[in-house]
Amino acid sequence: MKILVCISQVPDTTSKIAFTDNNSQFSTAGVTMIINPYDEWYSLVRALELKESGVATAVNLVTVGKADAEPVIRKALAIGGDEAIRIDTDANDPYVIAAQIAEYAKTENYDLVLCGKETIDYNNGVVGGMLAEMLDMNYVGFATKLDIAGGVATISREIEGGEEIDTATLPLVVSCQKGMSEARIPNMRGIMAARTKPLKVVAPAAIQSLTSIDSFEMPPAKTGVKMFTIDNLDALVSALHNEAKVI
Amino acid sequence: MSILVLAEHSQNIFKKKTFEAVQYASTLAQSMGTTTTAVVLGTADTTAMQQLGAYGAQKVVHIADARLDTLSSRAYTKAIATVAANEGATVIVTLHDVTGKAVSPRLAAKMKAGLVAGAISQPDLSKGFVIKKAVFSGKAFAFINITSDNKVITLMPNSFSVSKGEGAATVETLYVAFDDKDFSVQVKEIQTVSGGAVPLPEAELVVSGGRGMKGPENWGVLEDLAGALGASLACSRPVADSHWRPHHEHVGQTGGTIRPNLYIAVGISGAIQHLAGVNSSKTIVVINKDVEAPFFKAADYGVVGDALEIVPKLTEAVKKFKAEHAG
Ligand SMILES: Cc1cc2nc3c(=O)[nH]c(=O)nc-3n(C[C@H](O)[C@H](O)[C@H](O)COP(=O)(O)OP(=O)(O)OC[C@H]3O[C@@H](n4cnc5c(N)ncnc54)[C@H](O)[C@@H]3O)c2cc1C
Ligand SMILES: Nc1ncnc2c1ncn2[C@@H]1O[C@H](COP(=O)(O)O)[C@@H](O)[C@H]1O
Repeated sequence: MKILVCISQVPDTTSKIAFTDNNSQFSTAGVTMIINPYDEWYSLVRALELKESGVATAVNLVTVGKADAEPVIRKALAIGGDEAIRIDTDANDPYVIAAQIAEYAKTENYDLVLCGKETIDYNNGVVGGMLAEMLDMNYVGFATKLDIAGGVATISREIEGGEEIDTATLPLVVSCQKGMSEARIPNMRGIMAARTKPLKVVAPAAIQSLTSIDSFEMPPAKTGVKMFTIDNLDALVSALHNEAKVI
Repeated sequence: MSILVLAEHSQNIFKKKTFEAVQYASTLAQSMGTTTTAVVLGTADTTAMQQLGAYGAQKVVHIADARLDTLSSRAYTKAIATVAANEGATVIVTLHDVTGKAVSPRLAAKMKAGLVAGAISQPDLSKGFVIKKAVFSGKAFAFINITSDNKVITLMPNSFSVSKGEGAATVETLYVAFDDKDFSVQVKEIQTVSGGAVPLPEAELVVSGGRGMKGPENWGVLEDLAGALGASLACSRPVADSHWRPHHEHVGQTGGTIRPNLYIAVGISGAIQHLAGVNSSKTIVVINKDVEAPFFKAADYGVVGDALEIVPKLTEAVKKFKAEHAG
């Protein structure tokens, strides 16, 4: 069984967010890029566990991005995985990202494709579902557990107010979140091994964007917090009623 | 040509978020000079479906196949795409919730439609089809233009207020031929954990506790406050990691993202990863013993002091207020 893990790079969670060119571009100045946490902690590690337990035979990584994405994909290889593929194009439109991955994956017959619940920059959470449609695979999103036995996957996923346990036949796309696995830190051996693991760069397919980013905006600054003391909590409650109108 | 909206229901109950989606679609339909068609999947009752008319749907297309009573992203996609083709619809609205997030990307890929996930505005038609959404985990907003002919929008619940109007929708039933493959993901078990309270993503009022609560034995005061308000409970990540509270209550970057009307944060420092999950809340109240806690910068109202003293008093104040405003 072959697994493909989709790896995206995102600004570090603590990055200061700023925009340039009249609020049309995200400013990468001083921003450290990391592996999207859901991809790193959950999909990648779960894929490695499936290989270690003998369920999977190969774990490949794919990223859609220009050469600046290589440090991140190398770090992913240092955590684990046999080889990585970089599809050499910059894209924001999730349709384009999914279509690029699908074009590549079609030729490789993966049984399982894992991606993260969402990227922490554009917060879409849709690339996995799109990929499933494009590859004609089953899809289970927002999974917290994944096991595979005899070609059938058992998956727990979050639903409103609870959890659902599903079974699904392969091939299958799963988007992963907390619960899947415990994060791993790359060790020295992994880092050394990653240097020599294959990182193939493939040319992008001709796929048109269906969306474009017009501009960005920062949220209005909070006007300042109104303080109350333990002795005037009635005033707080009436502010919540009369001013904020939330109760 | 009309605008389609997926009108979700659970066991025949249409919730407020569905009315919000229908009304959103209907407002858009009016500005585009067209009508709104709601798609209802699975077993549902005609009277309940007709009532979607009060939120702006002229027509409901009902696909009554009982296999649609549980979510199947393939079958739902096929069903909605069939209705879209019949109606000549190019714009489709779903909610940005568990069901919408499972179905909308498949549908967008199938229809080659540009997708905006988590819309919080109506499309600005003067600039193309430009929709606002939160990005960078709530630290900024982006305005995304859908440039393709087909368009899919998932609406972030609790973005618009809902008002019930007049009118009943006409209900048509449609038969769609599914095959076994459409149901090859099967639901084995559903475990509900909310114990009667409103599920966190839908809650309008939330009381949340952090490490400042000191231990699970102190959660009673938060439960009382939540009870008095009719709020749901949430917590910070270390609280869930230490098993003081169940994991589904964890909010933030790696937990749930919520946008209630009121978020009361008790003994939570306000780390950036925590704020990422809650900073779209309309009103934030912070209770913390440390006046320097970063959360105060993101708050609308604050109280400095010991949570275990303040929270019971706040509960009393809420109860007093409720008694005065009863009826
Ligand atoms: C990649 C990444 C992802 C993360 N994701 C999340 C996430 O999703 N959600 C999340 O919450 N965190 C997340 N974290 C952790 C986050 O950085 C913080 O460590 C965490 O939010 C702190 O939780 P806390 O505020 O409950 O605890 P603390 O930071 O320990 O704060 C406790 C607060 O309680 C106050 N306090 C203490 N005693 C009292 C008292 N008696 N009365 C009133 N106040 C009191 C203190 O002044 C302090 O402000 C993440 C971290 C990383 C690196
Ligand atoms: N540029 C990319 N390259 C590879 N995988 C990606 C890329 N963007 C998103 N993904 C995958 O799709 C998941 C969901 O992303 P999104 O739908 O953009 O929120 C991510 O967690 C990744 O696993």
